[in-house]
Amino acid sequence: MSECLTFEYQVSGDDFTRAGEASSDVKNKLKMMGVDSGVIRRVAIAMYEGEINMVIHADGGSIKVLVSDDNIRLILADTGPGIPDVEKAMQQGYSTAPEEVRSLGFGAGMGLPNMKKFSDNMQIDTEVGVGTTVTMDIHL
Amino acid sequence: MASVQNLIEKNCFELKNAGKTDRDITKVFCCDLLSIAMGKAPGDSAWVTVMGNRNTLAVASLADVSCVILAEGAAFAPEDLDCAKKEEITVFYTELPVFEAALAVHALL
Repeated sequence: MSECLTFEYQVSGDDFTRAGEASSDVKNKLKMMGVDSGVIRRVAIAMYEGEINMVIHADGGSIKVLVSDDNIRLILADTGPGIPDVEKAMQQGYSTAPEEVRSLGFGAGMGLPNMKKFSDNMQIDTEVGVGTTVTMDIHL
Repeated sequence: MASVQNLIEKNCFELKNAGKTDRDITKVFCCDLLSIAMGKAPGDSAWVTVMGNRNTLAVASLADVSCVILAEGAAFAPEDLDCAKKEEITVFYTELPVFEAALAVHALL
Protein backbone atom coordinates (compact mmCIF):
# COMPACT_ATOMS: atom_id res chain seq x y z
CA MET A 1 0.00 0.00 0.00
CA SER A 2 1.28 3.44 -0.87
CA GLU A 3 2.01 6.06 1.74
CA CYS A 4 -0.99 7.95 3.11
CA LEU A 5 -1.45 11.57 4.02
CA THR A 6 -3.46 11.67 7.23
CA PHE A 7 -5.63 14.44 8.65
CA GLU A 8 -7.32 14.14 12.02
CA TYR A 9 -10.16 16.14 13.54
CA GLN A 10 -12.09 16.25 16.79
CA VAL A 11 -15.75 17.10 16.34
CA SER A 12 -17.35 18.96 19.21
CA GLY A 13 -20.76 17.68 20.22
CA ASP A 14 -22.25 20.78 21.73
CA ASP A 15 -22.38 23.22 18.83
CA PHE A 16 -24.53 22.35 15.86
CA THR A 17 -23.64 25.53 13.99
CA ARG A 18 -19.97 24.53 13.94
CA ALA A 19 -20.68 21.19 12.27
CA GLY A 20 -18.99 21.29 8.91
CA GLU A 21 -15.74 22.96 9.94
CA ALA A 22 -13.74 19.74 9.61
CA SER A 23 -15.34 18.93 6.25
CA SER A 24 -14.67 22.43 5.04
CA ASP A 25 -11.01 22.14 6.03
CA VAL A 26 -10.65 18.82 4.20
CA LYS A 27 -12.32 20.33 1.15
CA ASN A 28 -9.79 23.18 1.11
CA LYS A 29 -6.85 20.83 1.61
CA LEU A 30 -7.94 18.52 -1.21
CA LYS A 31 -8.44 21.53 -3.46
CA MET A 32 -4.88 22.64 -2.78
CA MET A 33 -3.69 19.13 -3.57
CA GLY A 34 -5.33 19.38 -6.97
CA VAL A 35 -7.89 16.61 -6.40
CA ASP A 36 -10.70 16.44 -8.96
CA SER A 37 -13.57 18.78 -7.98
CA GLY A 38 -16.20 16.04 -8.37
CA VAL A 39 -14.29 13.83 -5.93
CA ILE A 40 -13.89 16.74 -3.51
CA ARG A 41 -17.63 17.35 -3.61
CA ARG A 42 -18.38 13.70 -2.80
CA VAL A 43 -15.86 13.65 0.06
CA ALA A 44 -17.18 16.93 1.45
CA ILE A 45 -20.82 15.82 1.39
CA ALA A 46 -20.16 12.34 2.81
CA MET A 47 -17.98 13.75 5.57
CA TYR A 48 -20.35 16.59 6.45
CA GLU A 49 -23.28 14.20 6.80
CA GLY A 50 -21.14 12.08 9.11
CA GLU A 51 -20.09 15.13 11.09
CA ILE A 52 -23.69 16.19 11.56
CA ASN A 53 -24.67 12.70 12.69
CA MET A 54 -21.91 12.82 15.30
CA VAL A 55 -23.09 16.17 16.61
CA ILE A 56 -26.77 15.18 16.68
CA HIS A 57 -26.51 11.67 18.03
CA ALA A 58 -23.15 11.04 19.66
CA ASP A 59 -21.98 14.25 21.37
CA GLY A 60 -19.12 14.53 18.88
CA GLY A 61 -16.32 12.19 17.97
CA SER A 62 -13.21 11.97 15.85
CA ILE A 63 -12.57 11.88 12.12
CA LYS A 64 -9.54 10.53 10.35
CA VAL A 65 -8.98 11.25 6.66
CA LEU A 66 -6.45 9.07 4.82
CA VAL A 67 -5.44 10.20 1.36
CA SER A 68 -3.48 7.80 -0.83
CA ASP A 69 -2.74 7.79 -4.55
CA ASP A 70 -5.98 6.11 -5.51
CA ASN A 71 -8.34 6.47 -2.56
CA ILE A 72 -9.63 8.78 0.14
CA ARG A 73 -10.75 6.98 3.29
CA LEU A 74 -12.90 8.68 5.92
CA ILE A 75 -13.07 7.06 9.35
CA LEU A 76 -15.65 8.62 11.66
CA ALA A 77 -15.58 7.21 15.17
CA ASP A 78 -17.77 8.10 18.13
CA THR A 79 -18.55 6.75 21.57
CA GLY A 80 -22.25 7.56 21.29
CA PRO A 81 -25.29 5.37 21.83
CA GLY A 82 -24.71 3.11 18.80
CA ILE A 83 -27.28 2.24 16.14
CA PRO A 84 -29.74 -0.46 17.28
CA ASP A 85 -31.04 -1.26 13.78
CA VAL A 86 -28.60 -0.38 11.01
CA GLU A 87 -30.90 -1.58 8.25
CA LYS A 88 -33.64 0.76 9.45
CA ALA A 89 -31.18 3.65 9.89
CA MET A 90 -30.12 3.21 6.29
CA GLN A 91 -33.68 3.72 5.03
CA GLN A 92 -34.19 7.09 3.43
CA GLY A 93 -36.56 9.14 5.58
CA TYR A 94 -36.04 7.18 8.81
CA SER A 95 -34.83 9.59 11.47
CA THR A 96 -34.40 9.77 15.23
CA ALA A 97 -33.20 13.38 15.20
CA PRO A 98 -34.75 15.74 17.77
CA GLU A 99 -37.18 18.50 16.80
CA GLU A 100 -34.68 21.35 17.26
CA VAL A 101 -32.43 19.79 14.64
CA ARG A 102 -35.34 19.33 12.25
CA SER A 103 -36.29 22.97 12.61
CA LEU A 104 -32.85 23.87 11.24
CA GLY A 105 -33.54 21.86 8.11
CA PHE A 106 -31.77 18.64 9.03
CA GLY A 107 -32.86 15.33 10.48
CA ALA A 108 -34.89 14.22 7.47
CA GLY A 109 -33.38 10.75 7.46
CA MET A 110 -31.05 11.43 4.56
CA GLY A 111 -27.68 11.36 6.32
CA LEU A 112 -26.63 7.72 6.09
CA PRO A 113 -28.27 7.23 2.66
CA ASN A 114 -26.37 10.28 1.39
CA MET A 115 -23.11 8.94 2.84
CA LYS A 116 -23.66 5.65 1.03
CA LYS A 117 -24.63 7.42 -2.18
CA PHE A 118 -21.55 9.64 -2.28
CA SER A 119 -18.98 7.02 -1.30
CA ASP A 120 -17.77 3.96 -3.22
CA ASN A 121 -17.76 1.77 -0.11
CA MET A 122 -19.28 2.31 3.30
CA GLN A 123 -18.98 0.13 6.37
CA ILE A 124 -20.76 0.69 9.67
CA ASP A 125 -19.43 -0.93 12.84
CA THR A 126 -21.73 -0.19 15.72
CA GLU A 127 -22.55 -1.51 19.17
CA VAL A 128 -25.37 -0.19 21.31
CA GLY A 129 -23.99 1.65 24.32
CA VAL A 130 -20.42 1.56 22.99
CA GLY A 131 -20.31 3.66 19.82
CA THR A 132 -20.22 3.72 16.07
CA THR A 133 -17.44 3.78 13.51
CA VAL A 134 -18.29 4.55 9.91
CA THR A 135 -15.62 3.94 7.29
CA MET A 136 -16.09 5.33 3.79
CA ASP A 137 -13.87 5.05 0.72
CA ILE A 138 -14.00 7.43 -2.21
CA HIS A 139 -11.83 6.28 -5.08
CA LEU A 140 -9.67 8.75 -6.94
CA MET B 1 -24.55 29.71 -19.75
CA ALA B 2 -24.74 32.45 -17.13
CA SER B 3 -22.39 33.48 -14.37
CA VAL B 4 -22.90 34.87 -10.88
CA GLN B 5 -21.65 38.18 -12.28
CA ASN B 6 -24.50 38.15 -14.85
CA LEU B 7 -26.97 37.65 -12.03
CA ILE B 8 -25.48 40.57 -10.10
CA GLU B 9 -25.72 42.77 -13.18
CA LYS B 10 -29.35 41.83 -13.72
CA ASN B 11 -30.00 43.50 -10.37
CA CYS B 12 -33.16 41.55 -9.59
CA PHE B 13 -31.98 40.60 -6.09
CA GLU B 14 -30.18 42.46 -3.33
CA LEU B 15 -26.52 41.44 -3.26
CA LYS B 16 -25.46 40.81 0.35
CA ASN B 17 -22.09 39.24 -0.29
CA ALA B 18 -20.06 38.92 -3.46
CA GLY B 19 -18.07 35.68 -3.33
CA LYS B 20 -16.63 34.01 -6.39
CA THR B 21 -18.57 36.02 -8.97
CA ASP B 22 -16.87 34.45 -12.00
CA ARG B 23 -18.52 31.11 -11.23
CA ASP B 24 -20.94 29.63 -13.75
CA ILE B 25 -24.59 29.05 -12.96
CA THR B 26 -25.75 25.96 -14.81
CA LYS B 27 -29.04 25.25 -13.02
CA VAL B 28 -31.48 26.60 -10.46
CA PHE B 29 -32.17 24.47 -7.40
CA CYS B 30 -35.01 25.09 -4.92
CA CYS B 31 -35.17 23.32 -1.57
CA ASP B 32 -35.49 24.26 2.10
CA LEU B 33 -34.66 20.92 3.63
CA LEU B 34 -30.89 20.99 4.07
CA SER B 35 -30.75 17.19 4.27
CA ILE B 36 -32.11 16.99 0.74
CA ALA B 37 -30.18 19.98 -0.60
CA MET B 38 -26.98 18.34 0.63
CA GLY B 39 -27.52 15.30 -1.56
CA LYS B 40 -29.37 16.83 -4.47
CA ALA B 41 -28.17 20.39 -5.10
CA PRO B 42 -26.18 20.25 -8.34
CA GLY B 43 -22.68 21.75 -8.22
CA ASP B 44 -22.61 25.16 -9.94
CA SER B 45 -26.31 25.73 -9.30
CA ALA B 46 -28.03 28.82 -7.93
CA TRP B 47 -29.77 27.64 -4.75
CA VAL B 48 -33.02 29.35 -3.79
CA THR B 49 -34.21 28.74 -0.23
CA VAL B 50 -35.91 30.40 2.75
CA MET B 51 -33.68 28.57 5.24
CA GLY B 52 -31.26 31.23 6.45
CA ASN B 53 -28.98 29.73 9.07
CA ARG B 54 -25.29 28.90 9.38
CA ASN B 55 -25.85 25.37 8.18
CA THR B 56 -27.29 26.69 4.91
CA LEU B 57 -23.87 28.19 4.24
CA ALA B 58 -22.07 25.00 5.19
CA VAL B 59 -24.25 23.03 2.76
CA ALA B 60 -23.74 25.69 0.07
CA SER B 61 -19.99 25.45 0.47
CA LEU B 62 -19.74 21.66 0.67
CA ALA B 63 -22.27 20.93 -2.09
CA ASP B 64 -20.38 23.57 -4.08
CA VAL B 65 -23.27 25.68 -5.35
CA SER B 66 -22.49 28.94 -7.17
CA CYS B 67 -24.64 31.20 -5.00
CA VAL B 68 -27.41 31.26 -2.40
CA ILE B 69 -30.60 33.28 -2.88
CA LEU B 70 -32.68 33.76 0.26
CA ALA B 71 -36.28 34.27 -0.87
CA GLU B 72 -39.44 35.53 0.88
CA GLY B 73 -37.48 38.14 2.82
CA ALA B 74 -35.46 35.53 4.72
CA ALA B 75 -32.10 36.71 6.08
CA PHE B 76 -28.90 35.47 7.67
CA ALA B 77 -27.70 36.70 11.06
CA PRO B 78 -24.79 39.20 10.74
CA GLU B 79 -22.28 36.63 12.01
CA ASP B 80 -23.48 34.19 9.36
CA LEU B 81 -22.90 36.80 6.67
CA ASP B 82 -19.35 37.12 8.00
CA CYS B 83 -19.05 33.38 7.49
CA ALA B 84 -20.28 33.78 3.89
CA LYS B 85 -17.56 36.40 3.34
CA LYS B 86 -14.92 34.09 4.77
CA GLU B 87 -16.08 31.17 2.64
CA GLU B 88 -16.51 33.39 -0.43
CA ILE B 89 -20.12 32.38 -0.96
CA THR B 90 -22.21 34.82 -2.99
CA VAL B 91 -25.46 35.62 -1.15
CA PHE B 92 -28.52 37.43 -2.48
CA TYR B 93 -31.71 38.47 -0.66
CA THR B 94 -35.11 38.93 -2.25
CA GLU B 95 -38.68 39.52 -1.13
CA LEU B 96 -39.87 37.37 -4.04
CA PRO B 97 -41.37 33.93 -3.38
CA VAL B 98 -39.09 30.96 -4.08
CA PHE B 99 -40.71 30.10 -7.42
CA GLU B 100 -40.53 33.63 -8.78
CA ALA B 101 -36.95 34.06 -7.62
CA ALA B 102 -36.03 30.80 -9.34
CA LEU B 103 -37.78 31.95 -12.52
CA ALA B 104 -35.75 35.16 -12.52
CA VAL B 105 -32.52 33.13 -12.45
CA HIS B 106 -33.83 30.65 -14.98
CA ALA B 107 -34.51 33.47 -17.43
CA LEU B 108 -30.78 34.13 -17.47
CA LEU B 109 -29.73 30.57 -18.31
